[in-house]
Order: sequence, then structure tokens, then C-alpha cells
Amino acid sequence: MHILPLFPALGLGGAFLVSLLGRRSKKFCDIFTNVITCALFGLSLYSLCILKSQTSPLVYKVGGWIPPIGISLVLDGLSSFMLIIVNFVAFMITLYSVNYMEKFTAKFKFYTLFLLMLAGMNGVIVTGDIFNLFVFLEIASVASYALVAYGVEAEELEASFKYLIMSSVASLFILLGIAFLYSYASTLNMADIAVVLSEKGLNNAMLFASILFIVGFSLKAAIVPFHAWLPDAHPSAPAPISACLSGIFIKALGVYTLCRLFYNVFGANPALLNLFMGLGAVSIVVGALLALGQVDFKRLLAYSSINQIGYIILGLGLGTPLGILGALFHLFNHSVFKSLLFLNSGAVEYTVGTRNIRDMGGLREKMPVTSSTSLIASMSISGIPPFNGFFSKLIIILACIHAGHVVYSFWAILGSILTLAYFMKLQKNVFFGNLPERYNNVREVPFFMKTAMVMLAIACIVGGFMVLPKVKKYILSPAQNVLTHGLDYKNINEIGVK
Amino acid sequence: MNYNSPHKGMTLIVKTITRITVGLILLYGIYITLHGHVSPGGGFAGGVIIALSFIHLMLAFGKEEALRRLPKPLVSLFESLGAILFFTIAILGFVGGYFFLDWLNKGEPFKLFSAGSILLSNIAIAIKVSFGLFGIFLVLVLLKFTPKK
Amino acid sequence: MITYFLCLVLFAVGLYAVLRKRNLIKIIIGIVICEYAVNLFLVLFGYRMNNRSPIYDPDQVITKMVDPLPQALVLTSIVIGLATTALVVGIAIRIYEKYGTFDITKIRKLRG
Repeated sequence: MHILPLFPALGLGGAFLVSLLGRRSKKFCDIFTNVITCALFGLSLYSLCILKSQTSPLVYKVGGWIPPIGISLVLDGLSSFMLIIVNFVAFMITLYSVNYMEKFTAKFKFYTLFLLMLAGMNGVIVTGDIFNLFVFLEIASVASYALVAYGVEAEELEASFKYLIMSSVASLFILLGIAFLYSYASTLNMADIAVVLSEKGLNNAMLFASILFIVGFSLKAAIVPFHAWLPDAHPSAPAPISACLSGIFIKALGVYTLCRLFYNVFGANPALLNLFMGLGAVSIVVGALLALGQVDFKRLLAYSSINQIGYIILGLGLGTPLGILGALFHLFNHSVFKSLLFLNSGAVEYTVGTRNIRDMGGLREKMPVTSSTSLIASMSISGIPPFNGFFSKLIIILACIHAGHVVYSFWAILGSILTLAYFMKLQKNVFFGNLPERYNNVREVPFFMKTAMVMLAIACIVGGFMVLPKVKKYILSPAQNVLTHGLDYKNINEIGVK
Repeated sequence: MNYNSPHKGMTLIVKTITRITVGLILLYGIYITLHGHVSPGGGFAGGVIIALSFIHLMLAFGKEEALRRLPKPLVSLFESLGAILFFTIAILGFVGGYFFLDWLNKGEPFKLFSAGSILLSNIAIAIKVSFGLFGIFLVLVLLKFTPKK
Repeated sequence: MITYFLCLVLFAVGLYAVLRKRNLIKIIIGIVICEYAVNLFLVLFGYRMNNRSPIYDPDQVITKMVDPLPQALVLTSIVIGLATTALVVGIAIRIYEKYGTFDITKIRKLRG
């Protein structure tokens, strides 16, 4: 119960301690940050155990204030699920950065910003107060703007500026939406807002507020009409940060907040679900088509992120239990394999020194670990059967057909085929084919980078077992229930406070 | 006493006035911080005023003199310390059972030593904000500026 | 009612500057205008006509105060805006250093 405030607090405290003590010794930074992220991962697993032993979601009173008055932190199936994803990937990324970030100066600044971003994401996930959500969202965003510009080269600064402007406009839309919501409901607690909205009903101002929220959070999640910043910002950052941004950042700040607001606070209605499905289908097709033409390794992966986010939004938009299950499962899978692919691209860049896939080739013999893990990730993202990506895409497509939206299932299948096409192009150009002369003395990457990649690859294979009924009821089903019985969220202040 | 030399910073008039006023501004910032819980103001407002006194010093005497008194590592050290102090106050709430719980004696309203840990939090915030703002100013001023063709 | 609309007009003015202007500094000013419009909007929502400021005095009963919560929110959002603005100004200076211009049509190394 008392672990709940530790999720944001450990990250924040760790960030300031690293900036205070890490100036002298790089080794201290490495060990300390890894201990913090490992502890956060352990705590998130433990939160799942606590939730299992309870019948109701948990509400934590920060400062001892009763929820509608004070800020509350909420732990239910969905937040526990998200916490596990975020902290697992973050742990792998810090493990990877031990070796990768050696080439940059001022490693402690990187770790400070990374921990701040992690604290922001964890805070967004556990909070039960909408303004608190905004504050954590801004903490994570400001840290990510600085991390995108970390290398201070011309391209990185340009990408960071573009990202910063679009993302701050998105934040202002969200703040404006919160202003409307507060003026109507006179409370900031999300469960309390849900109660007021279900009693008073929605009026035009609330419709306007929900459009502001959709625009704001879709900008954060990079859904297609709002995606322009992502293909610049994600490749420009250092590889661990690209992995973090693409793997967990857009999901914690975009998809999770959209779910929380529109399923739990506003309540899902058909118009909204249709909008989600449309946005998702457009994202799938446009992202895949744009990814086909790329020759930059990381830029291709960034467009692929847009494509895969489309699947998640499409599944959520279906609104049926099966669709939501598929969306959540795909969310887990995508965060695992996309961060793995970005780490692979970082490993290739680390040894070869370029990101243009036309200049590479035949790296399979020289870098066996990188090439086999990236093969696993590519196969699972394009939906080859034994891997996890196949099952989640299958569930989403089946749910589309089951709900009677055959057209959307066609778009989803088309997107999947295109995904296979561009990942075959990637694999063929980078790891297969002939090795150019100048890469004859290329060596495999250092130990910690290999460890992180291998563990994520194992998660790709094991992740497929999550849909088995015996495993599903522990992790996926509680998260799915939070969304399918969305409006039960308004009761948590009565049943959750201990 | 080379900081009175006319080559660095502004003119003698500005320097003299600054020497008189900078202490007052600093004191006013501290006053705003310490009375944050009984009157309008608080850690952020007080911290901004304290930071303005540092910036005032820098504008009048030039950056060498200001950096001699407040070197950059010291600024970032104090900034982190302020944050950690605030974080410690939050963690100490666990003594009373809840994160951020104000378990100190609340005292009598409208007295200086009242309102539990709010005074301590204000001090921590003032340290963080003043050195943070001054740090931002320093970073923007000291940026090496060599435009390319 | 008209004041709320004027706030939204101010927001639109800022948005116009962000979308239409070509100079980096003018875009930053546009973001700042947007931010202040939203802050003003929040404060106005908390305002009640002819009521006093929400400060607790020894010899006064707590009635007829304006809503203090939006003011706290605005203070928080001003702090966040300060951090964002400082960062974006730093990035803009660095961009000027690398490209030698503030014109966004000439800052185009990323494409595709």
C-alpha cells in the first residue's frame, strides 16, 4: 500500500542525487541508476501481487487528505500493467546505456534527465488527479525535449525545437481542456469528475473539452494527423532515448491517458469510438507507407512506431472486450520489440558509425547477438507466428471481424503486410548480403548492451504466452476489466480508500 | 578592489547603487519566503526575488565578478540541494504514516512558527528556485556564441 | 461571457503566431501568448463577482472568497511555462549558432 508514492518519488529523488553526487564518478552514476530502475521494476511486480490479494483498486491519500480534497494516487489493473511495461523497458535501457553512453561527455546529466522522465511517466500512470497528471506529463515532456537535443548537433536541435513547439501546443490544449472540465465539474479528482459527469450529463462545453483532450493527447501519442514531430524527434535522440521515447513514452503519455480519460472519466460513446477507429486505421496505413521509403535505420523505425500505435488505437476504438484485450497486448508487445529494435539500431550505429541502411550489409557474421535479436524483433513486429506480435495482431483483426468492421480488418491486414515488407528490406540491407570491405574489423558490442538486447528478445518470445488463459488472468485481464467496465472507476473513492 | 574598475560591468553610479540595494533585495526575498505561510508570497515568489538580486549583481559588476562570488558548480550544487531538501521533507511524511504528511506541530495560526512543514518546504523551494533561475540565466549568458557563415 | 471569448481570441492569436510566423523567436513569443491566454482563462473561471481575494485573515470569516484553486493551478502552470520557455530559448540560441539564421524556412536539414 505504501509503495504507491514511491513510483514517482524514487525517480525524482534519484535524479537529484545523481546530479548532486554523480559529477565525479561515472561508475557511481551507472550503478545508482541501475539500482533505482531495478527497484522500480521490482516494485511494479510487487504492485501486481498486492492487487491480486485485494478485491478492489487501491487509493492512496497523499499527505493523509481524503481524495476529493487532496491528491490521490490510484492503483488498479491498468496502472499496474502499465507500470510493469514502463519500468521493465526503462531497466533494460539503463542497462544498455552503461556502455552506449560512454562516448558522450557528462553522463550524469543523461541519467538525471532520464530519471526525471521516468518519474514523470510513472507519475502519470499512478495519479488519480487530473491536474497532477498534467504536471507529471510536463515533467516527462520537458526532460524528453532536453534528451532529444542531447547531442547538440544541428539536426538534433532542429528536431528538438520542432518537437518542443508541437508538444507544448499539445500541453496547452490539455490545460485548456482541464480548465473547461474544472469549470463544469468543480473538482479535479478524476473519479469525482466521473461521478459529476454521469450525474449532470455532457453538454457542448464538455464536447469541446473532449475534443481538446483528443487533440492534445493524440499529439503526444503521434497518431496520424498529429504525427509530424515523431519521425524527426525519435531518430535524433541517442539510441537508448529513442527506445524509451518510442517504446514507452508515447504510450504512457498518449495512449494510457487517452484510455483513462475516455474510458474511465468521460465514458466511451459510439461517436468517440468511431473516431478512434478511423484515426487508428489512418495511422496504420500512412505510417506503413511512409516507412517503406526510408533509408535511415532509426527513421524507418520511427515511422513504424506510428504504424503500430495505429493498431493499438484501432483495438481500443472497437470497444469490445476482445478488441481492448488485443490493444493492451499489442501495447505490451510493441513496447518490447520496438525498444529492442531501437537498441539494435544503436548497436549498429555504435560499431559501424552510420544510420544509412544502404551503406551497411552482411553484419550478421560480425555481430551475431545484435543480428539474431533484431531478427527476432523484426519477425515479431511483422507478425510471424511463434512470436508475440502475431498473437496481438491476430486478436485485433479477429476482434474487428467479430464486431462487424470488416473494412478495418482489411486495413489492419494490409498494414501488417507492409510492415513485413519494410522489415524485410531492413534485414536484407543491414544484416544479410555482402559485407563491405571497410567493415572487416567490426566487432560485437560490449557486454551490457548485449545483455539488454538478449533480455528484451527473451521477453519477445515469452510475451506470446501472455494470452494463455492461465497467465492472462494475472496480468492482462485485470487491465482489460478496467477498460471494459470503464465507468466503475467513479466508485473507487468509496471502495478504494483504506 | 578591482571590481570597481571601470572596464568591467556598468558605470560607477550603477555599482554604488547596486551595492546598497542588492542586500535589501536579498533580504526582501528571504522575508517573502519565511512569511509564505502567513501572508501572500511563498517559496516561489521569494526565490524569484533572491534570484533577481543575484542577476542584479551580475548585470552591474559584470560576469567575472558575479562568477567569482557564485561559481557555476556552486549554483548547481545548491539547486540539487534544494530539490533534495524538499524531497526529504516529503519522505519524512512517512514518519507520520503518509507520503507528504505534515506531522509537525501546527502551532498557533498567524505566528511565524506555525503551519508545520510548510515553512521548511518554502525554504527548500526558495533555494531551488533562486539557484535554478540564476543557473538558467548563467547558462543563457555564458553560452559560447560563434555563429557560422 | 465576453471575457472568456476574448481569452480564446488571445489563444488563437498565439496559435496564429506559432503556425504562421517564420522567425524562431516569434514562434516562441506565440507559445508564450498561448500560455498566458490559458492561464488567464483559468483564473477567470475561479473569479466570482465582487468577492474578495482568498487570503485567510485573523479577523475575517471565510465567506465570499473567489475560488483559490485555479490560482494555485495557474502558479504551477506558470512555473512549468518558465521551464519550457527557458529550454526553448536555449535551443533557439544553439540553432542560431549552428545555422546562422532564425528563419525556419532555411533550417531544413531533416527531411523525408
